Amino acid sequence: MATTEALPRKKETLEQAVIRFAGDSGDGMQITGSQFTNTAAVFGNDLATFPDFPAEIRAPAGTLPGVSGFQINFSSRDVYTPGDAVDVLVAMNPAALATNVGDLKPGGILIVNVDNFKEVDLKKAQARSNPLEDHSLDGYRVFPVELTKLTRLALRDLGLDAKSMDRCKNFFALGMCYWLYNRPMDHTYKWLDEKFGGKPVLAEANKIAMKAGYAYCDATEAFQVRYEVPAAKLEPGLYRNISGNTALALGFVAAARKAGLPLFQGSYPITPASDILHELSMYKEFGVVTFQAEDEIAAVTSAIGAAYGGALAITTTSGPGMALKMEAIGLAIAVELPIVVCDIQRGGPSTGLPTKTEQADLFQALFGRNSEAPIPILAAATPGDCFWMALEASRIAIKYMVPVIVLSDGYLANGAEPWKIPTLAELPEIPVRFRSDPEGFMPYLRDAATLARPWAVPGTPGLEHRIGGLEKQDVTGNVNYEPLNHERMVRLRAAKVAAVVQDVPEVVPAGDAEGDLLLVGWGSTYGSITAAVRAQRARGRKIGHVHLRHLNPLPRNLGEVLKRYRKVVVPEMNMGQLVWVLRAKYLLDAEGFNKIQGKPFKQSEIEAKIERALTEIR
Amino acid sequence: MTTTLPVYSKKDFQTDQEVRWCPGCGDYAILSAVQSVFPELGIPKEKFVVVSGIGCSSRFPYYMNTYGFHTIHGRAPAVATGLKITRPDLEVWVATGDGDALSIGGNHTIHMMRRNVGLKVLLFNNKIYGLTKGQYSPTSEMGKKAKSTPYGSVDRPFNPLSLALGAEATFVARSVDVFQPHLKATLKRAAAHQGTAFIEILQNCNIFNDGAWENLTERDVRDDHTIAVEHGQPLVFGKNKDKGIRMKGIELEVVALGGGIGEKDLIVHDERHPNPAYAFLLSRMDGTPGFPTPLGVLRAVDAPRYEAGINDQLRQAVEKKGRGDLAQLLQAGDTWQVR
Repeated sequence: MATTEALPRKKETLEQAVIRFAGDSGDGMQITGSQFTNTAAVFGNDLATFPDFPAEIRAPAGTLPGVSGFQINFSSRDVYTPGDAVDVLVAMNPAALATNVGDLKPGGILIVNVDNFKEVDLKKAQARSNPLEDHSLDGYRVFPVELTKLTRLALRDLGLDAKSMDRCKNFFALGMCYWLYNRPMDHTYKWLDEKFGGKPVLAEANKIAMKAGYAYCDATEAFQVRYEVPAAKLEPGLYRNISGNTALALGFVAAARKAGLPLFQGSYPITPASDILHELSMYKEFGVVTFQAEDEIAAVTSAIGAAYGGALAITTTSGPGMALKMEAIGLAIAVELPIVVCDIQRGGPSTGLPTKTEQADLFQALFGRNSEAPIPILAAATPGDCFWMALEASRIAIKYMVPVIVLSDGYLANGAEPWKIPTLAELPEIPVRFRSDPEGFMPYLRDAATLARPWAVPGTPGLEHRIGGLEKQDVTGNVNYEPLNHERMVRLRAAKVAAVVQDVPEVVPAGDAEGDLLLVGWGSTYGSITAAVRAQRARGRKIGHVHLRHLNPLPRNLGEVLKRYRKVVVPEMNMGQLVWVLRAKYLLDAEGFNKIQGKPFKQSEIEAKIERALTEIR
Repeated sequence: MTTTLPVYSKKDFQTDQEVRWCPGCGDYAILSAVQSVFPELGIPKEKFVVVSGIGCSSRFPYYMNTYGFHTIHGRAPAVATGLKITRPDLEVWVATGDGDALSIGGNHTIHMMRRNVGLKVLLFNNKIYGLTKGQYSPTSEMGKKAKSTPYGSVDRPFNPLSLALGAEATFVARSVDVFQPHLKATLKRAAAHQGTAFIEILQNCNIFNDGAWENLTERDVRDDHTIAVEHGQPLVFGKNKDKGIRMKGIELEVVALGGGIGEKDLIVHDERHPNPAYAFLLSRMDGTPGFPTPLGVLRAVDAPRYEAGINDQLRQAVEKKGRGDLAQLLQAGDTWQVR
């Protein structure tokens, strides 16, 4: 094989391509996808990814529930979504084929590991016949490859056991895809060296498997065409690839540094938020304390304790954990201490779909507490935006002495995109003023502009005072149950949250500033809505798109903007939460467009909705 | 530069807030003891923080002229843990009750003790829910007839000391609201302890469970029904100091002194015994017929403190890697330049 001359191949240049790697949860599909992603990113493509994996760590091998997938859309143009349909599907077994082939484009490339299509494998996948033989795949370009056998053959001299050799077969598939899209392998070499630093033989085995996959394509006549996807024209700057959870973690480290405070994270492991805890636990040299609490309640209450002591304190969770934290968030509202609560939403109710995405918790964030307890709410629109939302939430929390909720979701958390790394000068200032002067100190004497109370941390001489969850007398903070004082305090706390609007930029619709149709979105639907609106506008439609990053308070001019269009449609991955708010607040006949399947919207789904909506108003 | 600590008196630790416990409540005595002890600790007043949960006992911070935080039901240990981790310089005291610490907040209580966070915990145990007006609590005796158990409770109570020892708390003590000198001495011991210092304070609720402890506190019976353990001293009790406790197999045994049995045969109290099993045996004397209820410091051992461990890791990371460079962090991993 080593001396075989590469056959001359036709080269085709594409604007974009979508690959999905699908296999068993133990097949390493997430790693394979991430490697292709990072290579594409470093090459200069714009890209978006969609990792989709089961909640079970290892569902029975070869079964339909055990299938794990990773999709990447990479392009020479702007990319907003992981792609509706797939150009290349790598299926490691019949179960992966069955659950994913529906998304493969007609005529698309299908690479299958034929070694895993024995009778027993087909049975595990509940296949009635062998799809490789029953002509059900006739509409695709099928490349049956003996992935297991060829990988073992390539590794036969390393002295590894069969199981270790078989663990490398995903890198054989990766090598094939690198060949197909004419990508260098050195990035992955480097990664393998770092990953298997202590076990060089495993790094070597994976490299050999990858090279074998590459050489296989080179030497056989299987593929007649190689593809080029040129680099995208991104805004100049230094880039890295980033997932939403990493971006949030880095954003909080940056916020703590800008505020000059230690960062405290109280957290209890929960999917899909745990990676924020993993990430932050590495940054001890930045003064970051990560406290893995005994439960969700201790996670948030420890953060409140840390904020009381003068730290930038955060807690990170997902929907069910959010429900457990709510009483404590009410306490933070009452005692007016700055914490940031991140809810990485997932499908619910109850345990629901732990690894699947949903815009599940806007209502919970807005209304989940007892009594009148409004709270500022921010929502990140893209993985990279999570970084900026962490900074913005920290800034608002400290400026207004208020807890702030940041909504992300499973799709943003695990999805990745190229991210332009900001310089330190581009980061917002986060001024902190601890009260130190005892003269005239009152625990609830408010700043005139922000209505914030002073941050008076224990240890400051002369400021000894008591705070708590009981209603407080205005200004003094002493316990007080008088009727008029209570009403005044309820209204003051609400007015303070409403005052945050001075920090909320006015909305400027993307696309048409007025016209037939406005799409209003929030959170991770940004990509699909943007892509759909661009495509439809290119066809002459008069459409605008507003994507809300501030969900409470809403931007000042939103009501006026909504009225500039004949129709307002609100796509959400829930039963219609933002649309409910907009209808209630602006007395507007906005219409919901809803998908509750644990999956992001496809661009085509939004486009179809746009077309229907436009027909209706004519 | 030397700074001299102001000389404090009890009055310095009293607030201008009207105390709203029922007249005759045991909480007054505990408040008074704490206000008497704090001035003697040689700690600046602004360094004290009293954190509480919910319940009668948890009103405590409002009456202490220190920093104070009245949090939510059961969560004081978790709030205090977050505070102590970020501010190890503070003296953080937790005021809690049997319902607050052992029922709704049981999880936080055991995890605080297993971590050995440097907090002082005053558990006011009156074996009843007071603020919700008279339901049985997790320390109420079986068969307790209360508002929610007209036919008597059917669940077994927690023994707070056994629970604390089971969680391997490093300082476990018990005192009584009305035994002021003993209570103050115990508070001082707790103040000096590094790590979680857990004191169960037997406290009388004269409204909903009056006399719950009178079997231990009444002058004529208390010496026969309690034993004040002291490190290095044999376990002797009784009005006439005529009874003692010795080991019998893996059990304790009460013996009458005299007739050949002397102090040499008795257990010499060792609060520093590394195995919590010994103190656990003492805690199990409660309610065992013929045995006294132990008071005093059952266990006081040194162990690494949680907040010290966390802050050591931060310090070591800085020593090893230097103070984190934010620009470098943002640019970590694979990057590429777009021109």
